[in-house]
Amino acid sequence: MSTPSHPAPIAARRRISAFFYRRRWLKLLTLLTPPLGWLLIVYLAALAVLLATAFWQQDVLSGKILHTWTSANLQSIRDDSAIHTVTRNTVQMAVLVTLTDMLLAFPLAYYMVRVASRRTRSLLFLGVLMPLWSSYLIKAYTWRLMTGDAGTINWAFDKIGVGPFHIAYTTTAMWLAFSYIWLPYMVLPIYAALERIPGSLLEASSDLGGRAGRTFRSVILPLALPGIAAGSIFTFSLTLGDYIMVDLVGGNKQDFLGSLIFRYQGVANDLPLAAAIALIPVAVITVYLVLVKRLGAFEAL
Amino acid sequence: MESRTTRIALRVVAFAVMAFIYAPLLVIVMASFNAAKIPTWPIAHYSTHWWSLAMHDDRARTALENSLKVGAAATAVALLLGTAAAFALSRYRFFGKNSISLLFVLPIALPGIVTGLSLLSAISFFGITPSLITVVVGHATFCIVVVYNNVVARLRRSSVSFEEASMDLGADGWQTFRYVSLPNLATALVAGGLLAFALSFDEIVVTNFTAGFQETLPLWIYNQFRLPNTAQEVNAVAVFVIALTALPVFLAQRLMRDSGGLTGR
Repeated sequence: MSTPSHPAPIAARRRISAFFYRRRWLKLLTLLTPPLGWLLIVYLAALAVLLATAFWQQDVLSGKILHTWTSANLQSIRDDSAIHTVTRNTVQMAVLVTLTDMLLAFPLAYYMVRVASRRTRSLLFLGVLMPLWSSYLIKAYTWRLMTGDAGTINWAFDKIGVGPFHIAYTTTAMWLAFSYIWLPYMVLPIYAALERIPGSLLEASSDLGGRAGRTFRSVILPLALPGIAAGSIFTFSLTLGDYIMVDLVGGNKQDFLGSLIFRYQGVANDLPLAAAIALIPVAVITVYLVLVKRLGAFEAL
Repeated sequence: MESRTTRIALRVVAFAVMAFIYAPLLVIVMASFNAAKIPTWPIAHYSTHWWSLAMHDDRARTALENSLKVGAAATAVALLLGTAAAFALSRYRFFGKNSISLLFVLPIALPGIVTGLSLLSAISFFGITPSLITVVVGHATFCIVVVYNNVVARLRRSSVSFEEASMDLGADGWQTFRYVSLPNLATALVAGGLLAFALSFDEIVVTNFTAGFQETLPLWIYNQFRLPNTAQEVNAVAVFVIALTALPVFLAQRLMRDSGGLTGR
């Protein structure tokens, strides 16, 4: 048998292919180095600088950052009761929004999986997905229009003969807007978790005498829990770090962690203190992630 | 099976929640055609005035061009790096694989303000001048995740044996990639790319920290909100942005239907 002869470029390509084929680790290295390098150099390095910046200090006169280690920023966070209040308010809002979205998302996801026809289901799926990606800024702004004293919500209340209510620039307005914006993040993981529950399990439960409530508590809820937990990572973490909504819907009347960080950086130009405050949401989320990991949230992401 | 009452109740709640999701979007579309100079509800007169004003706004146009440039560049970087990462992590076993896959989702698990402030700290520390390039770098970092997720989902569902068969039949590595792996991945790549573009086109939190004096379309919108009497023009741009991001997401969903739907952020 004669080996087919190839023009030079193809022969060269074959040699390169064969070279990589015989050395799998080299192929892996070629594939992994660029993306891993990017994340290490851009992302992890930036996070490391953030951590370091939190322990540096701003020179009051020149505005330059002095690269001498100090725990002054952390001390001022520890002693500033205003920051404690802001942290408590932010965490409360994140929890409230997460609970609200669970209550709204679960029945919708359940309907999509167990009741809706195939066609309705795929329409609803797309219907939930599209607003997830459509402009966050604009959705926030729409809520400012809707929660205004003469906005859509009060107009609707007026039609049914109640109100008007003053919700413009209040925590209620922010709660509505946050719950609205992060809702799709909760629906999709719950949908995915419910979809994986075989119908036969529910039949088995009812054959064994479990009524609807019992089946729900003992079969559906435990199996849906990882999905709920996965969704809650998004609703919780996104609320915790937000500053746009605080500005647009909350009218900057009440500070949240995100807006506090943004203001220390942008207005006060004190990057080290802003970096130190940014460690608070990072710490809270780390604790939260450890908690929900036990519920199997990571497998349902 | 659920009882009849439960099913009806579920249907009512499901459609109420969907109405909750779509009512605000309807409001903003209608508001963009409101003839009044300040936001009013209900709308008395309709006009296309704000649309034509927005279309002839030079600053908005520059911002749009910047957004398109940044989106294209970030998507290109994300496609290359995200695909390479997906291949490496789903076709190989190696030490530290779990930590590395965690690292690839970190940019979306941490709040945007942490990512934004980190990048700003690094920009300030290394004395880099913020520009559209720093915005691209920031965007690419979380766009990689979107491409990575979609390609990994596809690779998980496709068997290695096709690639092995190709090699057995005498194809070299490049031919196998070009004629076997790539066609199989094509729709996942397009979907991931579209989503990455939509994400970048709309991003404000990280952009705000990394853009310096440059303006992308979301930044333009955000800055307009601070000026008096400009909100009505913004509504028109807002609807344009919603349409421009909805289209790629719709297309992406169609393309990924056969592999179990999109995997989001």
